[in-house]
Amino acid sequence: MDTDDHEMTVTVNGVNFQRRVESRTLLSDFLRHDLGLAGTHVGCEHGVCGACTILLDGEPVRSCLMFAVQAESREISTVEGLAGIDGEYHPLQQAMHDHHGLQCGYCTPGILMTMTAFLEENLSPSEEQVREALSGNLCRCTGYQNIVDAVISAAKRMRG
Amino acid sequence: MSTRTFGEPIKRNEDRRLLTGQALFIDDVELPGMLHAAFLRSQVAHAKILKIDVSQALRRPGVVAAYVADDLGDYWKPGPLLVPPPPIAGIVFNQRTQVPLAKAKVRHVGEPLVMVIAESRYIAEDALDDINIELVQLPAVVDLEKGLSAGAALVHEDVGSNVSAHVHQTKGNYAAAAVKADCIIKRRFRYEHGISSPIETRGVVAQWDGRANQMTIWDTTQAPVFVRNGLAGMLGLNERQVRVIAPFVGGGFGPKIMMFYPEEVLLPWVSMKLNRPIKWIEDRLEHFFATTHERGQIHDAEMALTRDGRILGIKDVFLHDGGAYDPYGLTVPINSQCTLLGPYVVPNYDSAFTQVFTNQTLVTPYRGAGRQHGVFVMERLLDFAAHELNIDRTEIRRRNLIPADAFPYKNEIIFQDFQPLEYDSGNYEPVLDMALEAIGYKAFREEQAAARRQGRHLGIGIACYVEGTGIGPYEGAKVQVQSNGKVSIATGIGTQGQGHFTVFAQIAADQLGVAVTDVDVVTGDTDQFYWGAGTFASRGAVVAGNAVNEASKVVRKKTLKLASDLFECAEEDLVIEDGKVSIVGIPEKFVSLGDLARQANPMRGAVQPGTEPGLESTQYFGPPRGATANGVHAMIVEMDPRTFDLKILKYVVVHDCGIVINPMILAGQIQGGVAQGIGNAFYEKLAFDDQGQLLNASLADYLLPTALEVPRVELGHTVTRSPLNPMGIKGAGEAGAIPVGPLFAQAIEDALDLKRRGVELLEIPLSPSRLFELTRHAPR
Repeated sequence: MDTDDHEMTVTVNGVNFQRRVESRTLLSDFLRHDLGLAGTHVGCEHGVCGACTILLDGEPVRSCLMFAVQAESREISTVEGLAGIDGEYHPLQQAMHDHHGLQCGYCTPGILMTMTAFLEENLSPSEEQVREALSGNLCRCTGYQNIVDAVISAAKRMRG
Repeated sequence: MSTRTFGEPIKRNEDRRLLTGQALFIDDVELPGMLHAAFLRSQVAHAKILKIDVSQALRRPGVVAAYVADDLGDYWKPGPLLVPPPPIAGIVFNQRTQVPLAKAKVRHVGEPLVMVIAESRYIAEDALDDINIELVQLPAVVDLEKGLSAGAALVHEDVGSNVSAHVHQTKGNYAAAAVKADCIIKRRFRYEHGISSPIETRGVVAQWDGRANQMTIWDTTQAPVFVRNGLAGMLGLNERQVRVIAPFVGGGFGPKIMMFYPEEVLLPWVSMKLNRPIKWIEDRLEHFFATTHERGQIHDAEMALTRDGRILGIKDVFLHDGGAYDPYGLTVPINSQCTLLGPYVVPNYDSAFTQVFTNQTLVTPYRGAGRQHGVFVMERLLDFAAHELNIDRTEIRRRNLIPADAFPYKNEIIFQDFQPLEYDSGNYEPVLDMALEAIGYKAFREEQAAARRQGRHLGIGIACYVEGTGIGPYEGAKVQVQSNGKVSIATGIGTQGQGHFTVFAQIAADQLGVAVTDVDVVTGDTDQFYWGAGTFASRGAVVAGNAVNEASKVVRKKTLKLASDLFECAEEDLVIEDGKVSIVGIPEKFVSLGDLARQANPMRGAVQPGTEPGLESTQYFGPPRGATANGVHAMIVEMDPRTFDLKILKYVVVHDCGIVINPMILAGQIQGGVAQGIGNAFYEKLAFDDQGQLLNASLADYLLPTALEVPRVELGHTVTRSPLNPMGIKGAGEAGAIPVGPLFAQAIEDALDLKRRGVELLEIPLSPSRLFELTRHAPR
């Protein structure tokens, strides 16, 4: 069977990539296996668990529900781009560390991407708003409480 | 570092890699020339295999190979018995372990029939559609009671029935005690536990290196040493030729133990055959069928009591769904049988169970591992007894608690570690008191009445449990001072998020006077540490933690000895802190740990006979039996009486797991356990039809609790040392998950006034729709 390949260009964490991909390649597989950005995790491949969440032009989306070619000419942010060049944490990464917001850490990249986008929109969230925003990301280890505390604390720090 | 870190909420060493996307998980392993496996799995629960034709699949470009059972030759054999049945008189155990690829017959949905190897996973999955397969469907054994009835279809014809095992254990004489009872409470209970569903599914990468004669296997396992030994034997290799690496594992909760799953057994074999690395990553649909479950039990239980609510004895006969094969022995039902006794004095106990083969996925331990089922039966019986005898629910529990001066407390029957069940230590009443105080039990009735006047339905639940933790046989650890002055620890257990990289570091840091961040921990790499059992039964911190402690103590001793030789002073005059050894009172007279480590590996000159190089020690620790932790959960819920929507207003856990290494990590373990308990109690139900088809095999239909369902958990602690290990610690990994079922049943009955309405909640999981069914004909 001939594969249906496409040339594509995409920017990930500020770096421009040109690749030839099969049309059916999922964006999550493309990021992980073609670009080697394996920090984006895949938990269910049906858009429920949220582990594969990335930012597409700043909006959180599930990379397992998109084809790579649909990201043509778009800008993507992944967990690998969150910390600063010299390794200093994003305030949410720092807060997750401080509040023990992760255990096995598998869902963590998706949660970081979902909630950093949330914090861009709302720097003074209530606990209820945080829980609502977080409810599309499944975590099987933590019981969420420490993640909620981390988001609220990061918001406070980002408000300055 | 003179500050002790043991007992402090030290932040985790492992976080940075996880927070920045740099931690290596199984699917991140990329190797040159790697091939990919996909499995054709049975879509029916029970069938005869007539024909499998893979010829079309092999013609597809990019497909490298396809294997059915017969292609495996001598390599095809049933897997090992992982946990033998315990030494209990009169036990029946019919060993039937799972096979790598189904031959002649399939016994559950998801059982693999064909393995396809291709250049990409996409192509491998395409090729599954090319396979032509002919099956003749057989009636499926799904219902436990029907499965034992005459004329039932047989999962394993040669067994002659669907009995996987039968066990009868007694303590005292229940029948004699029941004669003297003022009251006997008798009920039938059904308790189903679901699937562990870690967010990372399972996976295996196998790389045979023909030139080095070496097999490397990356595996999402909780027990890499057992996997190494087992696979080496199967593959005809020496254990030294096989390296198993459990990288970062995205949650385990039991089913990622050393199951010798078909994929684990097959990938290394294919890699040797093709001399290529091979990867298989389970997808979420596969996870629902191909990773072990923990499902249901049916209990016919009775409790004999005196008029004042003292337990005279308990009789319980139960059926346990074992699934299609029983490689994990009897761990789950034995846990149910033993944990049922809880923190109470039960002088007479008569308990028998039958483990039943069914045409469903195998049942093996999942966080709690059968303890939930037993606790549900005990706690519900006490609730009904309290109602019958007109005693307060908490008072009946208090009257039956094992008194603090009765430890060690012998329950006599054999536990999952093959030892007679004996509680090492405990002080139960203060735990109950703290929980009642924290939940506001005294004030609640008024609060409830006031709420009801406003049309709100509040209910309260209280449940007690004990948890056997930290069982043997043993774990080991190698502790080493590196020449850069940092400390390295290697241990054989696997890790799936429990914070081992931090708690083990804390233990060594205190002994060796270094910062926790300067202790590097390796777990789950058999080339770094050769021996061990694995991570299960809330035992990592207890057993491996104590091994780290023992090894660190020896390294400390060696360090002081070497420094005392260097300074020509007594060891007592030395102090280890801040990464160096100095003379007490003369801080400028010091030597760094790194310098000492270098001197311990001299390049020239003679050493004394018997001298071991390096500042290093390997030590092992094995407890005589498991340490018993205990706790009380309390909860206030609000129910909508029309929709049965449930809101948790307050959730309290008071817990005693002995000496605490890191309270932050401990709290995380409890909170996470409670979340899984809540899922089990009210959201997660594996819905099978009568043909053994799982009707809700997606995360959109099998509901894991989200941040909206899991409340904040208030934690309280008491501390009773375990006498069974030098650090005095007990396990805590499963405690959060264990008593949540009876807590829900009790609180919901209370909120909806179900006792008055003649409805009893005798089953878990509950759900809004199930509550609707149960109450629709009850009076308002």
